[in-house]
Amino acid sequence: MEQFVSLFIRAVFIENMALAFFLGMCTFIAISKKIEAAIGLGIAVTVVLAITVPVNNLILQYLLAPGALAWAGLPEVDLSFLGYLSYIGVIAAIVQILEMFLDKYVPALYAALGVFLPLITVNCAILGASLFMVERSYVFSESVVYGLGAGIGWALAIVGLAGIREKLKYSDVPEGLRGLGITFVTVGLMSLGFMSFGGMTI
Amino acid sequence: MSVSYKEVLTEPVFNNNPIGLQILGICSALAVTSSLNTSFVMAIALTLVTGFSSFFISTIRSQIPSSIRIIVQMTIIASLVIVVDQVLQAVAYDISKKLSVFVGLIITNCIVMGRAEAFAMKNGPVASFVDGIGNGLGYSVVLLLVGTIRELFGSGSLFGVQILSLTSDGGWYLNNGLMLLPPSAFFIIGLLIWALRSWKPSQVEEQEYQLAPHTRLQEV
Repeated sequence: MEQFVSLFIRAVFIENMALAFFLGMCTFIAISKKIEAAIGLGIAVTVVLAITVPVNNLILQYLLAPGALAWAGLPEVDLSFLGYLSYIGVIAAIVQILEMFLDKYVPALYAALGVFLPLITVNCAILGASLFMVERSYVFSESVVYGLGAGIGWALAIVGLAGIREKLKYSDVPEGLRGLGITFVTVGLMSLGFMSFGGMTI
Repeated sequence: MSVSYKEVLTEPVFNNNPIGLQILGICSALAVTSSLNTSFVMAIALTLVTGFSSFFISTIRSQIPSSIRIIVQMTIIASLVIVVDQVLQAVAYDISKKLSVFVGLIITNCIVMGRAEAFAMKNGPVASFVDGIGNGLGYSVVLLLVGTIRELFGSGSLFGVQILSLTSDGGWYLNNGLMLLPPSAFFIIGLLIWALRSWKPSQVEEQEYQLAPHTRLQEV
């Protein structure tokens, strides 16, 4: 149990997807002008990450890893080079299914999150989490915790940035730094703040 | 051909830079730039993938049904990235280890998808190839600049060759550890954008709220 708690805290704070690994930056910067939109996108990313990382873990274990096809009588087959293609396919399919499911059964949530879901397929945080899962060879239970933690960490970062940017629009910023430039500097300062979690040993 | 190839190639480098203006492909630009070696390899990899994916997508653009075009584009891009990744693992294993997941993340790099969607679906194969390479170059310029600054000031070397002698080896330069940490990449790119926009003022963004001029208190 303890190891899951520490993995979760590490994924949320110390190895924050957005501020320590720069993943999902394009949407992070583009959709962080309003807090409501940032919250919606944050929830959508968390949900998708919590589903896709474990599913990709199963695919890796039972289809792609060297010797994984032993259950089908093919113990010598190594399909790991197909990794990228399968992970991105799984992510695109799950996002599509989630969109149809929400549209049919939870229309209120669909109205709130609908516009963000297609954006998520090309969000590198989603693919990045799956690739980290492969690189660090997490087992299934760890991948569930890691997916959830990574999503919550990303959501936390984007909501924080949106809060700062809402205040920032009233300030007098030098001409060339307006918009994109000052946002980068702000994210840099946030990232410095999050680095202080790095000193924690869990 | 209404636009010349030269224009298509050079336009994205400064005037319409994918990172500085279009906000595309920032993730990897920040993560791999702590040394010049990795930035250089990443820049080449991305330029090639963008060029060839634009070329192939443009070749079959009239055969792709528009409802499934995203998944077709993804498949082409992912296949190209697999090729790049396997080549890197075979030829330069150390660098491929250092780049870790970021080679795979070229798939979701918005520059590649963005050019496929915005240019390759409407133009011929050769023009699309040139456009892809041009945008890749725009990305490379930023990447190499940031990589140079970070490696030179962070560890006093370029491409791993010591330029400034460090105090720890008895030299005169005390290295700036911040440059090797993630936040510095954000500051450097932010300042680069400032420099670019001071040079080309047409890229400055409109302010949402105009500040009223300062008013003096009237003497009563």
